[in-house]
Amino acid sequence: MVLRVTDMAVARGGVPVLDGVSLALGPGEALVLRGPNGIGKTTLLRAVAGLQPALAGHVEAAPESLVYAGHADGIKAALTVTENLRFWAQVFGTKEIAPALETFGLGPLAHRQAGALSAGQKRRLGLARLLVTGRPVWLLDEPTVSLDVDAVAMFAGAVRGHLAGGGAALIATHIDLGLSEARILDLAPYRAAPLAVDDFDGVFL
Amino acid sequence: MIALLTRDMRLAVRAGGGFGLGLAFFLIVVVLVPFGVGPQGALLSRIAPGILWLGALLACLLSLDRIFALDHEDGSLDLLATSPLPMEGIVSVKALAHWLTTGLPLVLAAPLLGVLLNLPGPGFGWLLLSLALGTPALSVIGTFGAALTVGLKRGGLLLSLLVLPLYVPTLIFGAEVARRGAEGLALSTPLALLAGITCGTIALLPFASAAVLKVNLR
Repeated sequence: MVLRVTDMAVARGGVPVLDGVSLALGPGEALVLRGPNGIGKTTLLRAVAGLQPALAGHVEAAPESLVYAGHADGIKAALTVTENLRFWAQVFGTKEIAPALETFGLGPLAHRQAGALSAGQKRRLGLARLLVTGRPVWLLDEPTVSLDVDAVAMFAGAVRGHLAGGGAALIATHIDLGLSEARILDLAPYRAAPLAVDDFDGVFL
Repeated sequence: MIALLTRDMRLAVRAGGGFGLGLAFFLIVVVLVPFGVGPQGALLSRIAPGILWLGALLACLLSLDRIFALDHEDGSLDLLATSPLPMEGIVSVKALAHWLTTGLPLVLAAPLLGVLLNLPGPGFGWLLLSLALGTPALSVIGTFGAALTVGLKRGGLLLSLLVLPLYVPTLIFGAEVARRGAEGLALSTPLALLAGITCGTIALLPFASAAVLKVNLR
């Protein structure tokens, strides 16, 4: 097991959104999180990544094995594509950025300033960062936003290559990625019960 | 760490990085003060150390909200927080990058601008020394303030209100060193206190900044 989440409960803005979520990922496995807007997919991923504390439950993962990619790509507009990727490669202590550029078709854009890229190209650069981190467990939040059909296929290929290399991925998404081998976890049954306000006055005392 | 420092320095000197912002503000303040005070050389040389220190402090304050706000906006702060770098290291590097792009140019420019304020001859060396000792504390304290206000939209005013009281001891002892230096008085006490403030903030505040940053990223 590379990632195991047990009885996790998370809250967004002080309101519990998910309760009792358990999941496990082994090497070479992908798990897709589904659920309506506001169910807490992003909150769950951030809690697993350690960016926010969980209300209950715990995460078991090897230290330094997780990498998180959220809605924002963390791209600096004033740096070129290569400089952006090389920075993350240095932070994560890896060297090679050429395979990542290759996988996401960024080769022709390598010396372009990131600020001059289109939304989809920026997203591809953000996803290419995952490859240069060299970490085994990817936590992806809506990775395919603003990607076209070809780029989604490109992304599915990258995930498949990562899984074949013994990695794992936890992906929150609404669209079909074409990853037939991925398991799907619907979060709707885990919706947390609303806070019971039976002692209304007591809250203020 | 070094990668983060080089990236921040590179971003600062590229278009829109705000490298010259503090320096330009410092220049404007110091150039305008003699016009406001009028042609009174003796008065100018008496207030010169204080004006130079105040100008440097306000110029430093001007660029504080950029330390974390830009990284927070584009999401790279979240990504840095989940990277192998320890949070204390990230805030220390951010403070160092702020000092190198804002504090150090102010230190180097201050003696040149001292001429405009009729700073007495013996004061130049002490002014340089007091600013070189004091501005790192301004950057480290400012980084703490920036970490406190990182998620807030238009947090600049709150940041200034939080940071200015913390700047007061540095200003008092820094300006005192420069004043006593200019008048040729003994200055080992304020100099030691200034150095102590700087060493203390560098040693302790990164831990506080890292803790509040972790809370603010939730």
